[in-house]
Amino acid sequence: MGEVVWARAVLMLIRKGVDCGLTTAVTLASVIALVPLFSILLYVTYKGLGTVLTGGLSIFTELPPPPMVEGGGLGPAIVGTLIVVSIGAAISIPIGIMSAIYLSEFSAGEPIAYWIRFFTNVLAGVPSIIAGVFSFGLIVLTTKTFSAVAGGAALSVLMVPVITLATEEALRLVPQDMRQAAYGLGSTSLQTVTKVVLPTALPTIVTGITLAIARAAGETAPLIFTALFSQFYLPFDTEGPGALFNQPIASLSVLIYNFALVPFENQQKMAWAASLVLLGMVLISSIIARTATRRNM
Amino acid sequence: MTAYSMDNSLGGEADVILTSHVKGFYYGPFLALRNIEMKIFKNRITAFIGPSGCGKSTLLRCFNRMNDFVKGARLEGQILFNGRNIFDASVDAVTLRRQIGMVFQKPNPFAKTIYENIAYGPRINGYKGDMDELVEQSLRRAALWDEVKDKLKKPGTSLSGGQQQRLCIARAIAVQPEVVLMDEPCSALDPISTRRIEDLMQELRDLYTIVIVTHNMQQASRVSDMTAFFNVEMREGSRTGELVEYAPTTTIFQSPQKEATQAYVGGRFG
Repeated sequence: MGEVVWARAVLMLIRKGVDCGLTTAVTLASVIALVPLFSILLYVTYKGLGTVLTGGLSIFTELPPPPMVEGGGLGPAIVGTLIVVSIGAAISIPIGIMSAIYLSEFSAGEPIAYWIRFFTNVLAGVPSIIAGVFSFGLIVLTTKTFSAVAGGAALSVLMVPVITLATEEALRLVPQDMRQAAYGLGSTSLQTVTKVVLPTALPTIVTGITLAIARAAGETAPLIFTALFSQFYLPFDTEGPGALFNQPIASLSVLIYNFALVPFENQQKMAWAASLVLLGMVLISSIIARTATRRNM
Repeated sequence: MTAYSMDNSLGGEADVILTSHVKGFYYGPFLALRNIEMKIFKNRITAFIGPSGCGKSTLLRCFNRMNDFVKGARLEGQILFNGRNIFDASVDAVTLRRQIGMVFQKPNPFAKTIYENIAYGPRINGYKGDMDELVEQSLRRAALWDEVKDKLKKPGTSLSGGQQQRLCIARAIAVQPEVVLMDEPCSALDPISTRRIEDLMQELRDLYTIVIVTHNMQQASRVSDMTAFFNVEMREGSRTGELVEYAPTTTIFQSPQKEATQAYVGGRFG
C-alpha cells in the first residue's frame, strides 16, 4: 500500500515539474519575441528624443542641416514621405481592393484566379530593391528624372500584394449567409459588394492597408533610385503639381540612410531624430486606423 | 398528381400565385428534382415537408432563382409567377427577388444597425417614402417593434437568435414582396422563439403568400394551410426528389392518400 501512495506522489511531482517548466518556457519565448520591438523603441527614443526636444517645432519644419551646422530639421523629409506614401497608396489601394473583390467574389472556379493569387504571393516576396529597379526602368528612364511619382510607383509594387491578400482574407471572412440575404432582397452584385460585403469587411481591410502603408513608409531601397533625395521642399510654387513628376523628393528613410553614413555628428543626430519621427508616424497611423474602425462595429 | 380545390379550413377559392412545371432540376449531372407539378395559392401558407435531401429547399430556391448562384445548376421546365415564366429571358432575377423575398435557415442580419438592416432593402429599391415609418411598420409586422424601438441604432447582431430571425423577416417584408419564402426559419431557434415566429406567420398570411420548408411536421401541421410532401427516390446511385402528395394540411395529416405520406407523417421514417 505504502509503495503505491509513494509512487503516486512521485508521479504528481514529475507532472508539476513538467507543467511548471513548460509554462516558464513559453512565457520566456513570448518575452524574447518582444525584446527586439522594445529595444528598438527604447534605443531609438534614447538616441533621437534629445535632438527632437532641443529642436522643438523646427524639427518638423526646417530644412536638413549641412555638415557641422547645429539646428535644422526634417521638414522636407516628413512631407516627402507623406507625399510618396500617399501616391503609393493612391495607386495600390484601388488595384488591391478591386483585385481582392475579383478573387473573393467573382472568380469561383476560374483557373485564372489561382494564378493571380499565386503571382500576388510571389510579388509579396519580391525584394523591395527590385520594386525600385522596376519603377526606375519604367518611370525614371522614361521621364528622364527622379520624382515623387516614380517613388510612389515603386512603393505601390510593394503595397499591392499586401493589400490584395489582406482584403481577400477580409472578404472571405464575411459569411456567405450575408451575401445570400443581400441577393434575396433583390440586390445586384454591385450593391451586394459595395453595400454589404465591403462595409462588413472594412475594419479588417483598413488594418491591412495600414500595414501596407506602414511597411511602405519605412522602405528605403525602392526610393534611393526613384525618388532619390532632396534638401528642399518640392517647388510647388513655381512648378505647380508638375513638381510631383519632375523633381527628386526627400523622404525620412532615405534621409536616415544618407545621414547615418556620414562622419558628421550633427547629421547623425538628425538621422536618429528622423528614425524616431518615422517610428512615431507609423505607430500613430496604426493606432488611429485601428481605433477609428473599431468604433464602427 | 390529383388536383385539389382549395376549399380547406380557410374556406373559399384562392388565386394561384406560383405554378411549378419543373420537369427536372440538375446540379451538374445529378438530377435533384423531377416532375414537380404544383400550384401555390395566394395568401395561404404552404409547407414543404419531407426527409433530408428530398429537394424541398432546392424547389424553394427555384421560386426566387437563388439557385442561379449555384454553379452547374440547371432547370428544365417552367415556374410561373403570376402567370409569367420566371426563367424567361425577359425576367430580371433581381426584380423577381424583390417580389419574392426570402428568410434563411440561420438568422443572417447584416453587420449594420437594426434600423439599417430594415432600411437596406427599400433603399436599394429606390423607396421614396418616409423611411422611419416603413422601418417601424416592418418591425411592427414582424412583432419586434416593442423589443427594439429604443435601440434601433444598436447592431442587428446584438439581438438574440429569435429576435434576429424576426429582424430578418422584418427586413424581407420591408421590400413589400408578394411572396415570402422561408427555408427552415426556426431550425436554429429554441421552442419559445419558434412559437413566436409561427404566430407571426399567421398574422402575415393576410398580407403575403408564405412558403415554408420545415423538417418539423408538427410545425407544418400547426402553421400551414397546404402541405406538400416530398420524398427521395434512389435511382442510378443519385438521389432525386419527387413530390409525393400535395393537399390541404388537414388531409395530409389526417387522411393521406399515399402510403409514403402516411408512413412519414405517422413517424415511421424520415
